[in-house]
Amino acid sequence: MSLLKVSNLGVQFQTNDGVVSAVNGVSFELEKGQTLGIVGESGSGKSQTVLAMMGLLAKNGKTTGEALYQGKNLLAMSPAELNRIRGDRLAMIFQDPMTSLNPYLTVERQMTEVLELHKGISRRGAKKRAIELLDAVRIPEAARRINMYPHEFSGGMRQRVMIAMALLCEPEVLIADEPTTALDVTVQAQILTLLKELQRDFGTSIVMITHDLGVVAGLCEKVMVMYGGRAMEYGSADNIFYQPSHPYTIGLLGALPRLDHDGSELVSIPGNPPNMARMPKGCPFSERCTHASSRCADELPALAASSVNPQVLRACHKPADELQQAAQEVAHV
Amino acid sequence: MSEQAKQPILSVRDVKVHFQVKGDGAWPWSAKRTLKAVDGVSFDLYAGETLGVVGESGCGKSTLSRAILNLIPATAGEIVWMGKDLTRGTAKDWHAVRKDIQMIFQDPLASLNPRMTVAQIIGEPLRVHKPELSEAEVMKRVRAMMARVGLREQMINRYPHEFSGGQCQRIGIARALILEPKLIICDEPVSALDVSIQAQIINLLKELQREMGLALIFIAHDLAVVKHISDRILVMYLGREMELAQKHALYDAPAHPYTRALLSAIPIPDPKLEKNKVIQILQGDLPSPINPPSGCVFRTRCPQAEARCGTEKIQLRQISEQSQSSCLLA
Repeated sequence: MSLLKVSNLGVQFQTNDGVVSAVNGVSFELEKGQTLGIVGESGSGKSQTVLAMMGLLAKNGKTTGEALYQGKNLLAMSPAELNRIRGDRLAMIFQDPMTSLNPYLTVERQMTEVLELHKGISRRGAKKRAIELLDAVRIPEAARRINMYPHEFSGGMRQRVMIAMALLCEPEVLIADEPTTALDVTVQAQILTLLKELQRDFGTSIVMITHDLGVVAGLCEKVMVMYGGRAMEYGSADNIFYQPSHPYTIGLLGALPRLDHDGSELVSIPGNPPNMARMPKGCPFSERCTHASSRCADELPALAASSVNPQVLRACHKPADELQQAAQEVAHV
Repeated sequence: MSEQAKQPILSVRDVKVHFQVKGDGAWPWSAKRTLKAVDGVSFDLYAGETLGVVGESGCGKSTLSRAILNLIPATAGEIVWMGKDLTRGTAKDWHAVRKDIQMIFQDPLASLNPRMTVAQIIGEPLRVHKPELSEAEVMKRVRAMMARVGLREQMINRYPHEFSGGQCQRIGIARALILEPKLIICDEPVSALDVSIQAQIINLLKELQREMGLALIFIAHDLAVVKHISDRILVMYLGREMELAQKHALYDAPAHPYTRALLSAIPIPDPKLEKNKVIQILQGDLPSPINPPSGCVFRTRCPQAEARCGTEKIQLRQISEQSQSSCLLA
């Protein structure tokens, strides 16, 4: 049995403009020690997917489908039941470390609270453990700095505090929502190296949400590419990067300026990001897709095994082999 | 290079931008401290060239760009535009120069006035700098410019909030281009945009540059983007220049340890390369620009630092035909 099994997850928001579906029919599985990358641009529903799993949706949000953690459905749990699991077995790192730490509390209080609640450890014991964790994420002089407030730390250090806090109870699943987006590249490299080491040492499973394909390439074994609230392609990192078979994945890889080789012109994806309140009837990407036919606009393609490589799931009407040929031609220009 | 033989259109000589900030003590009379945001930067820019400026947050790259336009006055140094020293220029001189130097900002929506329509926003530079033009002529040029940057004519009476980020940035580009400037300073023009939109904007900028013979100063923290668009690249750290080199020299043989660390830290979207890459992790945090290290400012985090890095005078020097580095060991 997988550690985490999400099937057909949907998120809807009741807004003044009617019901907006932010996430539709997203499914994935996560084994112990595995890393899954969820990639997509703003508004693709990647953050709402994990917020729904953690019971952290805004008040006007509703979920459908199920998210099984060790066979128990997270979406159907009462807040009291959920509170026993989240922060303990499932932990989350947020994008902006300044707004996700409490500015009124010292780092020590924020960290010991977690241990007192979940593990019933005394304040003194909890502090000792918290210092150990801050050491583990390489915060210098942890014993002194633990008594500081979040604003006294730099951005990279705050993100380390967030990671240390998420790891306090040695969670089985760590959900990282754009953990390095707000950081500089050299700090990002520090944090990503840290995550890899922690995964090696603790055997934690990681769900990594990011828009940066480079981050995914370095960290993840499996990748799900999302667009307009739906999964477009889902497979191993090698398959997604070396044999992309969905027009959106091909487009994303082509639009990326690369350090490792000189591209002449970037292949941009035409058009603008989708408006979630007015999604096309068919494939969400059909309006911007250069391969789209009339069928794409009317009929939603199902996420199904690729004819070329059954390990890869893709949601596209156009056969995978034709697209891969087209992608090769683009790459050779 | 033939371009090198020509006169530069812009020369920046030892420019410093220092800010006075609150002192150590809480008293109003406690001594003020000096924050050195930009501390002695020099470079030349030639017509039609793109200079990329990279560095992490707090390295002074945005302050430098604003100092060139006198949006933040430089504390010391010279800014010479077309042979004319602007640092001693009057407000009238600056007004004339801004016809030739325009700017594109990072946050596409925040840099547009929410109470003006697209027509007013794009037309405003014309109304300010060329008041002799008739209203019909202004609108004609606005329409032509909108078409040029890929905005539909029907959008002309809409307000900024009705546009997506990428479209707002197109409006910002149209506003900068309408005066047909010689130089555009782009301060992180694509960092707020999604990858697919980012590529559209970069392609548009390159295309416009080719057509109009623009020079660009392209400021960004993303080295991959900068590599794609620039001819030469300036790497900054804590207000100082670390390396200034031709694009290929910089990426193929980085001459400064900071450039090497920066390059190795960029994730490559290729699982095999990225998983086996040796990353040179920088230890510690950025030092405070109020109290920077003596000598080379990078030495506190530099893996190769020696004792003399802290004592000798550091300045950019030619190390090969194509690159200049400030590292003593290069």
